[in-house]
Amino acid sequence: MDNEQAVFFSRLLTELTLSFHIIYATIGVGIPLLIFIAQWMGIKKQDEHYILLARRWTRGFIITVAVGVVTGTAIGLQLNLLWPTFMELAGNVIALPLFMETFAFFFEAIFLGIYLYTWDRFEDQRKHMLLLIPVAIGASFSAVFITMVNAFMNAPQGFEFSNGDLINVQPIIAMFNPAMPTKVAHVLATAYMTSAFILAAIGAYRLLKGSNHDYHKKALLLTMKVGLVFSIAAAIIGDFSGKYLAEYQPEKLAALEWHFETEEAASLTLFGILENGEEVKYALKIPYALSILAHGDPNAEVIGLDQFPEDEIPPLYIHYLFITMVLIGMFAALLSSFYVLGNWLRRKFIFKRFFLWLIVVSGPLSMLAIEAGWWLAEVGRQPWVLRGLLKTKDAATTSGQVDLMLYLFILLYLVLGFASAFVLIRMFKHNPVEQELLDRQKERR
Amino acid sequence: MAYELIGISVLWVFLFGYIIVASIDFGAGFFNAYSVLTNKHHIISNIIQRYLSPVWEVTNVFLVFFFVGIVGFFPSTAYYYGTVLLVPASLSLVLLAIRGSYYAFSTYGQLKSKMWIYLYGFSGLLIPASLSIVLTISEGGFIKESANSISLNYAELFTSPLTWSIVVLSLASVLYISAVFLTWYANKAKDDEATALLRKYALIWSVPTMVTASGIIVELRSHNFEHFQNMLNLWWLFLISGMLFLATVRLLWQKGNYGVAFILLIGQFLVAFFGYGISHYPYLLYPFLTIEQGFTSEGMAVALIIAFLAGLCLLLPSLFLLLRLFLFNKNYVEGKYKG
Repeated sequence: MDNEQAVFFSRLLTELTLSFHIIYATIGVGIPLLIFIAQWMGIKKQDEHYILLARRWTRGFIITVAVGVVTGTAIGLQLNLLWPTFMELAGNVIALPLFMETFAFFFEAIFLGIYLYTWDRFEDQRKHMLLLIPVAIGASFSAVFITMVNAFMNAPQGFEFSNGDLINVQPIIAMFNPAMPTKVAHVLATAYMTSAFILAAIGAYRLLKGSNHDYHKKALLLTMKVGLVFSIAAAIIGDFSGKYLAEYQPEKLAALEWHFETEEAASLTLFGILENGEEVKYALKIPYALSILAHGDPNAEVIGLDQFPEDEIPPLYIHYLFITMVLIGMFAALLSSFYVLGNWLRRKFIFKRFFLWLIVVSGPLSMLAIEAGWWLAEVGRQPWVLRGLLKTKDAATTSGQVDLMLYLFILLYLVLGFASAFVLIRMFKHNPVEQELLDRQKERR
Repeated sequence: MAYELIGISVLWVFLFGYIIVASIDFGAGFFNAYSVLTNKHHIISNIIQRYLSPVWEVTNVFLVFFFVGIVGFFPSTAYYYGTVLLVPASLSLVLLAIRGSYYAFSTYGQLKSKMWIYLYGFSGLLIPASLSIVLTISEGGFIKESANSISLNYAELFTSPLTWSIVVLSLASVLYISAVFLTWYANKAKDDEATALLRKYALIWSVPTMVTASGIIVELRSHNFEHFQNMLNLWWLFLISGMLFLATVRLLWQKGNYGVAFILLIGQFLVAFFGYGISHYPYLLYPFLTIEQGFTSEGMAVALIIAFLAGLCLLLPSLFLLLRLFLFNKNYVEGKYKG
């Protein structure tokens, strides 16, 4: 296998592992917060339904955590196996947040184990709820630290480069790089948002399938409120990300907006199809919008692709990913605001079939937006692995067996994906909420 | 003490931690599967499940901690080990993934098929075998270096008696450590039948553990003479380890205090593991990479050590809580809580 092929297969395998991992990781970051809220509401309102909600979410959560843990281990080790040159270089500067991530993970793992096995051990449910705080903190902080590492790859700093060696390393400066604030905030907000919509989708699906239980309605309202808050937060942070890109990574912004010529009062391109490299067709142009997005000023100058050498421009198809992500985000924000508003005004449309179906769709769509957003962020950094420092093609392994490993992992993820879905569906089908409420009543008597 | 020594000591301690908790875990899975095969499942499976359930995730973190830590303190290891280990480490990853997720699927998702118990139990034995390849490679002699790449010489690796001795040692010690621990745990749970069975396993597996461990020292003589010499200079450490081994076996034999037996066993492996580690100094990968060459910059080392200390302040109380609730809680161990 020559170097070009090794790079190609290494990229494919990394993309595959991350794309698979991110599904479980996003849920892993978001759901502990929702479980905590549910349990807290249950204690505050003395409402058994919320406690049961927390329990049932937790039971499903363990299955996703298991897959998240093993695929997370896989990507952690794969970084070294597939990109040894990159890790050797970057490890000098970015090891600190990577190391801290394992602590956060450790912390979460310990308390999750305790939480799971002490449901009925404490007289006081509040004690049990307290165990969820370290779980949620651990989950969120592992996302914070690992996103710091990714932000560093976009905006490397905290070292000097001389003769191929990194000297004067300052780990804290490397952690708090310019890409960090928007990236971390966006990752957290979208993880909470996506988890909320996925749980909402489950509730809506149960209502559609004939159950008319209060339990599902309470679940739906709770998740929709959380979804609304975080989809708005995600949109605001997304706007800040645009401003960050204009300032620090203009080639990424220009590529995802198909902004070819540097100009003032730049317009924003929506939709469209690219033909023959530079010909944009069927696009909707919103005047001044790109300048506003980039600099908050309708007349500001936005740097275009003409300012960069051809071999340092990311692939232009990231525009489609960008559109996908933004549209889904807006759809989710609108949907949840209608729901919350409709509930407040006591309107019936929120329980109409078409509306419930929209909620069902919003779960998987949010996950698709997460994937699209990550592909956009990662492909938008090409051809660099460390922007401005190390190209992807120079960082991959020189081993000749990457293609075989790719097939091996495709098989693994197929098995894990199907098995986890199968187990989850069966778990809840065999034990519907009505049955569990009855069982609990019997137990108490 | 120099920073690189602190770094490697920290990592060595964590690797040791992983070896102990993972051995218990892998061994427990195996004994569980074996008991199904021999229709003794009713005797020990409750004990095993009760211990494993709250800690299976924590076990995994020890491994992640080690490989993240080693790349952090010694970034050059990423290049050397990362390049040559692609295939063996990927295989370990797949096994770990299948095993970890199927544990959760079957325990919480009620996948009650014997096939999964077998898969879980026997894949657990392949993992230590595949991970121990790293120790073999670190002795040198299995890596080919060409102009712009390095690669593993598989033919050499798979025909070397050293490789196979290390594999057998890892298997035997996994089963030995696990059996001793579970004997103690079953005894605490006042489950006499399980205690008797596990005690038998512990005694059986003590023999190959000791035989292969001694055999490896002899094989190193012809494979890596420098390392062999260093080990001889530390003869007293290995003597202490051997005596602790005899004391453990004696206690097991006489049905003495199983708690003390387990502590002695930890001591035996700790002393031997550090003896091995110290004699390997200064090489991370013989003869390509020494600890000094591979070390990260001073700024990063200080930051990592501070992060490590801060992390420990968080971790030790949490681990203590976990142990108190599940390992040292009489009611839980005796199965009086339902999960």
